Amino acid sequence: MHTPSSPSVYKAHDLVGEDIDAYLIQHQHKSLLRFITCGSVDDGKSTLIGRLLYDSKMIFEDQLAALEADSKRIGTQGQNIDFALLVDGLAAEREQGITIDVAYRFFATERRKFIVADTPGHEQYTRNMVTGASTADLAVILIDARKGVLTQTRRHSYLAHLIGIENLVLAVNKMDLVGYDQAKYEEILVAYQDFAHNIGIKHFVPIPISGLAGDNITTASVNTPWYSGPTLMQHLETVEIDISAAQLRPFRMPVQWVNRPNLDFRGFCGLISDGQIRPGDAIRVLPSGRTSTVARIVTLDGDLDVAVAGQSITLTLTDEVDCSRGDVLSIAGDPPEVADQFEATLVWMADEELLPGRPYWLKLATQLVSATIHSPKYQINVNTMEHLAAKTLGLNAIGIASLTTDKPVVFQPYEQSHDLGGFILIDKISNATVAAGMLHFALRRSSNVHWQALDIDRDAHARLKHQQPRLLWFTGLSGSGKSSIANLVQRKLYALGKHSFLLDGDNIRHGLNKDLGFTDADRVENIRRIGEVAKLMTDAGLIVLTAFISPFRAERRMVRGLMQAGEFIEIYVETPLEVAEQRDVKGLYKKARAGVLKNFTGIDSPYEPPEAPEIRVNTVATSAEQAAEEIVTYVLRHSLLAPYVDGDNWP
Amino acid sequence: MGHGPVLHLRRDDVNMDATPNKIVSLTHLQRLESESIHIMREVVAESERPVMLYSVGKDSAVMLHLARKAFHPSPPPFPLLHVDTTWKFRAMYDMRDRMARDSGMQLIVHHNPEAKARGINPFDHGALHTDLWKTEGLKQALTQHGFDAAFGGARRDEEKSRAKERIFSFRSANHRWDPKNQRPELWHIYNSRKTKSESIRVFPISNWTELDIWQYIHLENIPIVPLYLAAPRPTVERDGLLLMVDDERFRLRPGEVPVTRSVRFRTLGCYPLTGAIESTATTLPQIIQEMLLTTTSERQGRAIDHDHSASMETKKQAGYF
Repeated sequence: MHTPSSPSVYKAHDLVGEDIDAYLIQHQHKSLLRFITCGSVDDGKSTLIGRLLYDSKMIFEDQLAALEADSKRIGTQGQNIDFALLVDGLAAEREQGITIDVAYRFFATERRKFIVADTPGHEQYTRNMVTGASTADLAVILIDARKGVLTQTRRHSYLAHLIGIENLVLAVNKMDLVGYDQAKYEEILVAYQDFAHNIGIKHFVPIPISGLAGDNITTASVNTPWYSGPTLMQHLETVEIDISAAQLRPFRMPVQWVNRPNLDFRGFCGLISDGQIRPGDAIRVLPSGRTSTVARIVTLDGDLDVAVAGQSITLTLTDEVDCSRGDVLSIAGDPPEVADQFEATLVWMADEELLPGRPYWLKLATQLVSATIHSPKYQINVNTMEHLAAKTLGLNAIGIASLTTDKPVVFQPYEQSHDLGGFILIDKISNATVAAGMLHFALRRSSNVHWQALDIDRDAHARLKHQQPRLLWFTGLSGSGKSSIANLVQRKLYALGKHSFLLDGDNIRHGLNKDLGFTDADRVENIRRIGEVAKLMTDAGLIVLTAFISPFRAERRMVRGLMQAGEFIEIYVETPLEVAEQRDVKGLYKKARAGVLKNFTGIDSPYEPPEAPEIRVNTVATSAEQAAEEIVTYVLRHSLLAPYVDGDNWP
Repeated sequence: MGHGPVLHLRRDDVNMDATPNKIVSLTHLQRLESESIHIMREVVAESERPVMLYSVGKDSAVMLHLARKAFHPSPPPFPLLHVDTTWKFRAMYDMRDRMARDSGMQLIVHHNPEAKARGINPFDHGALHTDLWKTEGLKQALTQHGFDAAFGGARRDEEKSRAKERIFSFRSANHRWDPKNQRPELWHIYNSRKTKSESIRVFPISNWTELDIWQYIHLENIPIVPLYLAAPRPTVERDGLLLMVDDERFRLRPGEVPVTRSVRFRTLGCYPLTGAIESTATTLPQIIQEMLLTTTSERQGRAIDHDHSASMETKKQAGYF
């Protein structure tokens, strides 16, 4: 075991003492490098970052004293300094000896300033690495020299590549523990090279290091005379990063906020994602396509002649064009695409799995739209890069899927612009960020989307039948009596001369939905299809009755959203679980309890009762006949089934 | 790293000009400034009732300056909230009132009525003083005014638990922070959606370091409380801290006699809890020089962090910023 080199506590640059003004000017013109470190749990990430802070003299005397005390108390390096303790922040993590979140660290050398995202190596924390990588210019992939290329190494390299990081460093760590063996090092390089080439990584910089002993971190190690490349710090300080490339692309600025202090001023605020802009430039507002000319670039310190990608600015235009938050300003001659159907890569970040068909919020730059994700085309095994069939995506899964938005989205493929191609998905109920996504291409342009205009419309169909289309949606546990009651209601409607149709759960699952199982994702798709069928039937003028467990509020709400206002009538058939289980008409509860039937509502899959159903029937206190009568009475009392008379205003 | 002229690669034929676009290099501070402004505008666009927590210190000064830039020519479209303890330095109150006047923003000063009624003070009540005046006071003020988003001037480089905090930090209805349940923040996208009872703390200067703050104040000529600069001030030495006798409420212990020393402050808080350092730095470059030459970290002058190293995290979970 090597002992750490002698304490190098914080020491200022000589220029600070000699000429502070000169130092400040130098410091002010430093460039910025944001990087992430990734590796497996014991590869020594925290130790490496602690070492970088320590060797760049960012550790103060008081911090060093605390570190020495902590190292003796809870450190893993005996009497030596445990650098990992410098960066493992939260108390709970420190006690467990692991880093469980993304932490950001700051240090500077004479040439550059650095922001490091420390990302965890635990299998279940892919989401944190993707988060840290999304803002990084460079990734340091750590490998334990004793272990070589591991599953996690492949995973981290793939993720860094997926998120578009072009600068990769392969830091072969713990060289001290393999006796600085060149053969061992080269064996690892060959293995990594093969893998990197396969997944499309064009270039990486390998460096043999020891974070603990300090080899090739800031100074070339005497222990690796066979290595002539840069030290890690030299590389970080000098690597060319392509942050300026964005300025060469056509101008784009997502509009964040419209500044209207008075009637004479209308400023469009935003962060320029691509290109440059000058007063006099012709611009276009997307998605409307209207054009105008930049009048001024307004700042507190006076107007600017030019503004570039990465700057937050306020623009005024020469005309009063309609433009608000969510619009994108673009150079007039080369606007971005607008579409409402895409293919995208999704990185799933929530415990609740993706439910295809359920609407999520999609936020891309300043645009917020509702989006439904279709069943994934495939999931990527991030260890083997294999494509696997998938119906859904769980926590930390990565997959390719198409998605449809309810409004056109202004975008660029992620490969061209991270700001206009990267998005997040937000759960509409919990508000959690459930996924990160990268748009690849539009499946169809929104300009090509037109609803087929029909001469005989839904009103005409309904008129013919002298009725108003309605959807009576029965929901409740299995065995609650939905089908029996719905059947009775239909008979009563028939007796009243109404044309209705009953969609029954079991019947639909024998045909239209026979490809679906009972997972949460399949249940959502089941209801989505039924909703669409019911909508077509109401378009045809029918009164539709449906009898499905339909356990989730979100899907019932989704179907309600498909229908015209007032058309959807939710009927909650309320039966306590014990009663339904006691009835067990189909013997399903018994099977579920025996574990033969998985994902059974009420047993091992939740039922979310309606919060405000139009009708609520309790089948313990009421017989099916009474319940049906109540429903028909309710429906008649609310005049919902009065014959349609031309010229009458409904209801 | 300078860049020469580069080829004009745009396909833009509407606005083709004769001279090729030159790459404009942004400095580190320009990039930080743009990021902070972007964050503030997102909050204003997406929240109903934002507020800026204003503590009168140097970080607050930078945050306020950035807000004025972000919304110029409008004044920042939110009020300033000062959760006061009544024990700040007098010079801080002067600066606070001046900045509210100059920025054209509404200033809300909150005093926890319970702390006031019980006469809670830093001399008799120790940790309870911070807890009641600041932690409880902040919660009261946010609840009372119904603020759903509050800008705070915390930086990730200040303290280990802050290094892991997101820029948008969600608090439950009772203002608690759950470090295990934070939302991932990707690219420049912030998810600000929340339930009615939740609120967000937003830290627009998360990625600034102490040196960045000082340099920016210097470059932008931002007004700061004069206590940051050295001057002869009446002080006593107590428990290893150099305390300033700022008003007649300072209780001198037997044998203590205020001594005039040339001192300045690295951080500002309640005057009986804030240690000064002996210094002759009377200009900003001199402060930066002293800061860079010093060998101890910034927060040493504040009594709050001394309990144990996880104390800030514990306080934050309870609702302290």
